[in-house]
Order: sequence, then C-alpha cells, then structure tokens
Amino acid sequence: MYSEKVMDHFSNPRNVGEIEDASGTGTVGNPACGDIMKLTIKIENDKITDVKFKTFGCGAAIATSSMVTELVKGKELSEADKISNQTVAEALDGLPPVKMHCSNLAADALHAAIEDYKKKQGK
Amino acid sequence: MNKIYFDHNATTPIIDEVFEAVVPYLKDQWGNPSSIHWAGRGPKKALEEAREKVCKLLNCAPLELIFTCSGTEGANHAIKGLAYAKKDRGNHIITTKVEHPAVLNTCKHLSKEGFDVTYLDVDPDGMIDLEELKKSITPKTVLITVMFANNETGVIFPIKEIGDIAKERGVAFHTDAVQAAGKVPIDVQDLNVDVLTISGHKLYAPKGVGALFVRRGVRLVPLIHGGHQERNRRGGTENVPGIVALGKACEVAVRDMDKETAHLKALKERLEKGISEKVPHIKINGHPDKRLPNTANISFEFVEGESLLLNLDMKGIAASSGSACTSGSLEPSHVLVSMGITHELSHGSVRFSLGKSNTMEEVEYLIEVMPPIVERMRSMSPLYAGIK
Repeated sequence: MYSEKVMDHFSNPRNVGEIEDASGTGTVGNPACGDIMKLTIKIENDKITDVKFKTFGCGAAIATSSMVTELVKGKELSEADKISNQTVAEALDGLPPVKMHCSNLAADALHAAIEDYKKKQGK
Repeated sequence: MNKIYFDHNATTPIIDEVFEAVVPYLKDQWGNPSSIHWAGRGPKKALEEAREKVCKLLNCAPLELIFTCSGTEGANHAIKGLAYAKKDRGNHIITTKVEHPAVLNTCKHLSKEGFDVTYLDVDPDGMIDLEELKKSITPKTVLITVMFANNETGVIFPIKEIGDIAKERGVAFHTDAVQAAGKVPIDVQDLNVDVLTISGHKLYAPKGVGALFVRRGVRLVPLIHGGHQERNRRGGTENVPGIVALGKACEVAVRDMDKETAHLKALKERLEKGISEKVPHIKINGHPDKRLPNTANISFEFVEGESLLLNLDMKGIAASSGSACTSGSLEPSHVLVSMGITHELSHGSVRFSLGKSNTMEEVEYLIEVMPPIVERMRSMSPLYAGIK
C-alpha cells in the first residue's frame, strides 16, 4: 500500500535524532491519535543548516518526517515556509488516502519549529 | 526470505486435506444439489455429509445447521433473525463493547430500527461481569449476543454461564463463535446457546462459507429470502465446494483438536515468555488463563503498531495490530480501549495468532528479530526519551 519511496524513508530514515542546541523545536500530533512528531532545527543567517526528527507513528508518519528533513536542509527560511504537507506527500510519490490527514503532519512540525525560532528571536 | 504466518485469526491457509476434498466439487461434481437428476445427486450427498461433519464439531443435529456464506452473514442472520422474531415481546438487546464489527454494526443498525442496545463493559482482562449482565436484563430484553472468544485478544467468555442466565430469564442467546470453532471444544448440548455462528476461513477452509447452529424450536426470521434451500431458512444455491471444505475442515478439527491445542499452547507460551524476557516495557493483553491457545496480543510501549508490522513484514513475518493505522479508522482497537488500555498502548499493540503449520523455530526467530526492531523504533520515538 505504500510507495517505494515511503518504504525507503521508513526503512532508512534520514536525520533521526534531536539537535541539542536547536534554534527551534516543533512538536505536533498526540499519542492518543497514534502520531507524534518532534522536529528540531538549527538556523543560521535565515538558513536551515541542520534538522533532525523523532517520531512515534506509523510508516507514513516516519517517512514524511524523514522526507521533510531532506526537503528543508540547507533551505532559506522563506523557501521552507512554502513547504506544505501536500509537498511532502508528493515528494514521497503519494500516500494512501487514509494517511493524508492523520499521519501527514511533518510540514506542520516544521512550521511549528520555525515559529518557535521566530518567537525566540522576538521577531 | 522465510515466510512466517502469525495471523491465523485474520484468516487461515487452506490445508491439503481440505483442498483435496474440494477439487471434485470444483470439477466433475458441479451439479445443483437441488436437482433431482444425476448431476445433482453427488453434490446433494456431499452437502449432507458435510453437514454431519460440521454438526460433529458442535455436537448438534443436522436439522439444526444452516450453511451461510460468511461469519458476518451468520451474525447478521442470527441477530436480526432473533430480534425480528421476538420484536412483539420487546426491543432490548444486550451485547458487549468488544464484539466483532459484524455484531456491533448489526446491533447499531437495529438501534436505528427502534431497538435499544446495551453494550456491556469489560474489565482490564477483557472479561465481562456476569452480575452486570444480569442487572442489564429488563422485561423488554429479547436477545443477548456475546462472542465465544475475542478475535483480538483471544479472551474466552463464560458462554455456559451466560447461556444459563439467558435461559433462566427467557432471553434468546446468540454467540459469535467464529474465533473459537476448531480451537476450543464447543458442545451446544452443554451450552444454553440458541444460535451460534462459525466461519470456514478461520479453520483452514476457504473464504465464502460459514454455518449457523439454530437450536430446534428457535424461530429465526430469514435474512436471505429465496428458494427452498436450507429448509427455507437461507435462500440461494448452496456453495457446494465451500461447504464440502467446511465439512472436511471440521472433521480435521475434531480429529486433531487435542494435539493442536497442546502444540499452539506451547508455541504461544514460548512466544510470550521470550518476548517478555527480551523486550522491556511491554504488556501482554487479555485474561491470563481464559484465552484461546493460539492468540498472543502484546503492547509495546513508546512505539506504534503499524511500524512494527512493517518491520516484521520485512523479516517475512505476518502479524496484525490494534493500531488505528491498520484499522482503516482514526481510532485504535475498540477492544483494547474498552479494556482500559491507553490509546498509546493500544496503538502499539501487535497480535500474533498462531496456527497448525507454525513451528517452535519460527517462534524463536520472532523472539530473535523482535528486540532490535522495537529498539530501533523506540530510538526514533520522542516518547521514549529519558525512559532508558
């Protein structure tokens, strides 16, 4: 039911972990729903220089988390802002319909992390 | 890669004996059992022989058995058939919160037609309280429907005691025995059960066949109206190959039950012990003793069930989960949640349901591959931080 890309990111997830001195942290989802994503980002000169994730969730939740880290690493904040859950799903060659709303939260986690960074900056 | 099947509560493979018994009825014996001519005679004879074999598994009379096309059809027929037959006397039905959707959704449907349904709670072991059942019975209660054994946890319900209560209070009693049939002895002479449902594909026959025991004298409004088949109780030309298969499967189940039970129990005990010893932070779900010999339902804390299943699948192991992601809904298993198990733990549950062909080597392989899988998923889980 999952695309090859989803299974690739699920089996070999990129950028797993947590950045200790993160510029921003975004946590979305809740364990009762079966999905939580925690994304930590490092931002230097408005550029995302590092990003890591930890996820509790199904195959789609893990694959989307992994994919979003690949999509944003090295990107300007303005570009990262444009990434939506849809962008992530498309980059994975699509997700099963049932997974589109519940397990496709990675971009939300990214935006939450960027928000957190901006708040810390007082911007 | 090894292919290991630990999902027998979902469906079972068709065993060779059953396959061989069916072949003639897919090939030469294609006649309609209702025909009086030569083409119908062989299938008709096979149909009645199969009926006797199924009756032996349940210890009932041939006239008390109706063939169906599935467990779901059986549950619909039993519940609607009994409710409709008794609706002049009352409109109250009692069931449990942990039934299979075939029962739950049939009850839900009846509540739209004016029936009141009480859903009994279960305790943390997944067991109902007989006192609560007794208290739930009102003068309007016409039907109790409680499963024989739960498909997710394997918990076996006190069917004899429930039947005694139902009989004493003059209430009809149906049990969905789809998961129990062939795995534990069922003797309807010993149980005050009015109607009992079984399904072929859970006991090594193919999909598309099941049977309903209807005790002599119990009136059931037919679900499928049609020809005179099954003594006017279930229309439709009989699925002869399926029925022959079910008969053979029941014959094998009766013959091998003691041996199989011992085999499955040994494997299940080793599986639960092995996983418990090697993986921390787990919970074995369901009553410690009153459980099917083949079912182990284990919750792994801090990880999600579907991702465990995908990892197991990569190792060739087939199992299932109570996680929302495998149920097609957003909710985790209604069975585990009803037992008071948290949503997180329900999402992290895996059901291993063993069968005939499983071996101790396969169980040992699982015990070997499971700990690193859980460890890897936990290392990625934000819930696991700090617990180590």
